[in-house]
Amino acid sequence: MIGSDQHERVLLQGNEAIVAGALAAGCRFFAGYPITPASEISELLSVKLPELGGTFIQMEDEIASMGAVLGASLAGVKSMTATSGPGFSLMQENLGYGCMAEVPCVIVNVMRGGPSTGLPTCPAQGDVQMARWGTHGDHPIIVMAVSSVADSFSVTIKAFNLSEKYRTPVIILSDEVVAHTRESVTLPTSDQIKVFDRVRPDVPPEWYKPYADNNRGVPDMAAFGDGYRHHVTGLVHDEKGYPTQNGLEVEQFLQRIHGKISKGFQEIQVTKNHQLEDAEVFVIAYGSVARSALRAVRDARALGIKAGLLQLVTLFPFPRKVVDSYLRQCRAVIVPEMNMGQMNREIGRVNQAGCQIVKHNRIDGHLITPDEILKHLAAV
Amino acid sequence: MLERAEIVRKEYLRHDKKFPHVWCPGCGNGIVMGALLRAIHRSGLEKDDVVLASGIGCSGRMPTYVDFNTIHTTHGRALTFSTGIKLAKPELTVLTVMGDGDATAIGGNHFIHAARRNLDMTAIIINNSTYGMTGGQYSPTTPFGSKSTTSVYGHVEHAFSIAELAVTAGASFVARSTVYHATHLEDMIRLAIAKKGFSVMEVISNCHVQHGRRNKLGGAVEMIKGFKERAVRVEKAEKMSAEELVDKITIGVLADVEKPISTEQYQRVINEAKKKAEKIAKEKEKNGIKRYEE
Amino acid sequence: MVHDTKSRPAAKPEVGENKTASAPSTAQQKKRKLHRVTFYYKWCKSCGLCSAFCVKQIIQTDKNGLPFIANDDMDRCTGCRFCEIHCPDFAITIQNKYPERRHSDDRQ
Repeated sequence: MIGSDQHERVLLQGNEAIVAGALAAGCRFFAGYPITPASEISELLSVKLPELGGTFIQMEDEIASMGAVLGASLAGVKSMTATSGPGFSLMQENLGYGCMAEVPCVIVNVMRGGPSTGLPTCPAQGDVQMARWGTHGDHPIIVMAVSSVADSFSVTIKAFNLSEKYRTPVIILSDEVVAHTRESVTLPTSDQIKVFDRVRPDVPPEWYKPYADNNRGVPDMAAFGDGYRHHVTGLVHDEKGYPTQNGLEVEQFLQRIHGKISKGFQEIQVTKNHQLEDAEVFVIAYGSVARSALRAVRDARALGIKAGLLQLVTLFPFPRKVVDSYLRQCRAVIVPEMNMGQMNREIGRVNQAGCQIVKHNRIDGHLITPDEILKHLAAV
Repeated sequence: MLERAEIVRKEYLRHDKKFPHVWCPGCGNGIVMGALLRAIHRSGLEKDDVVLASGIGCSGRMPTYVDFNTIHTTHGRALTFSTGIKLAKPELTVLTVMGDGDATAIGGNHFIHAARRNLDMTAIIINNSTYGMTGGQYSPTTPFGSKSTTSVYGHVEHAFSIAELAVTAGASFVARSTVYHATHLEDMIRLAIAKKGFSVMEVISNCHVQHGRRNKLGGAVEMIKGFKERAVRVEKAEKMSAEELVDKITIGVLADVEKPISTEQYQRVINEAKKKAEKIAKEKEKNGIKRYEE
Repeated sequence: MVHDTKSRPAAKPEVGENKTASAPSTAQQKKRKLHRVTFYYKWCKSCGLCSAFCVKQIIQTDKNGLPFIANDDMDRCTGCRFCEIHCPDFAITIQNKYPERRHSDDRQ
């Protein structure tokens, strides 16, 4: 199905589209642990990966899954894992390792109701801030959200590309509704898919410095066994990879790993605009809620309300510039979320224009309907 | 011709790394590191093909000093990283060095599952009966009644026997040695590396600074002499009664079994899946059917 | 302990300096292999393992705990390498003494 030279119209589930996207992006290693509602990703990859020469392994828990994913990536193979809230909690430790040692990988979190075991078969968006701040210490990370089956495919490819390019873990937030909705989608042909592979060093091994700064802020990455013997550690390290406590080196290192993401803001921060050109009120939404919001915006337009939708695909680094420009343009913004207002907090933080923010939160394990959003649009 | 010690020093230590190393004077970690390097040298492995992973703790510092592909992972998770590396590049020789707390407390689950899974890897567990780096708290191998900074009235729990745990969990090869028996240790590590399948090497080591001092076991010299007195070869231990074996350290090969190795099994799965996929693709071409799920 | 305090060098060994013994007598040389023990003081942490476990008890320690072998004792080294493989700091090297000369002797 992947790499075909013709357009292919297929009926896919969100989870299956993530698998298709991952394989198209070159993922050849998966380690995971069964969890609802992400298990389909494991099941399908256990079939599809070996066909392409890749490896699937089911580990003893999510901690181990994340460790194996990082190990495989260090050995030069694009790798990913998929989980849901409780498993994502367990992955935080090694996720921080991935940020510190700059290991590219993709983590899919199919969100379900929480906290704790919560609502395993119901959608929610409660892991948004956790995805950004879950692991300890100041760390840079990229978090993306998918809203449909087509999105699941394209965002997964984008996530792999960004993780390879910026040497950082990328988190994809899906939710139970997107994951289990079956839709008919047209997959792009193989020449339409752009795949980025990590930059490998071309210097002689004795010159290789695994964590040396360059103009991109992203060091070239050698794989274990390639002849570039180097040290990888979760301790703060110098440019050779050895632990350091030298204030200057620590500062330089941490500035660089944050800086490499800031340098790529333009490419990393993906948003989708719908009828925002002349909008007076707008909705900021992400994930499955964005689809309800889109419908609500169309209905509002039919009623003569100049409404628009800003769909966030990249949640973090927060697309401040784009959000800010629409906050200045419009008099009110509706922020519907299936949590207590986690992105609303970010929007409030950047709202210097004094735009009215109306939040709409639903945490009963059900989708936000277009009507609920439409009501708010009509009210403001 | 270089002498053995010179070979280890010149060929296998990292010379852009500051020596002497961080370990306390007389620490067994250095002896284990020497034995490991000599074993690797004798095994004839290329440095580029060796991966040395470690967790957190005193033993976790070992990879920093040696000139292989090295990785210092999170606490207890070294074996999970090794699993990923080995599966991604099965041609590499993956060695994992861990401490007792690292391998059997925080990493206990990963340890038994790695043994059960039986990938072709080697785990070297340096057992010093305490958490040395954090200040001498009791670990899963601290003997009953021993004192530590978190058991000042004597330890109330019972200790793990790491090698026996590994045997039960299904490791292909399990051996035990002590830092006193450095040559024996080197031989055992060499056998463990050579063995196809998951090999576990438990090394009884000394932490005279944390464990020895609090339990009046003396300094490095006295503790290492104690290993000499307490060690019993496995062949001899078989003939001894349980009472006689109290407080003894059984050294030698405790298990050496042949069973399918997962590294090869995973490869078999890949080969079979590839064949099947090719067959389906051909049929599709012939019949012009396009379906996602096949 | 076969300590010969007289043979102990007057000055404390300099850090980083390699110490070797004087030439042995010809008679000794033909009887058995001779060895030379070198301590690498930059890496030594004075743990005392080498002196405690030396089978011939020829490794002594100075007041700072640094090991040394008195000149007269060096030829008593059997080359068992216990100290070399038990040195946690990779600070001991044992070499055959005069390997070239012994080689030529063997051929005759």
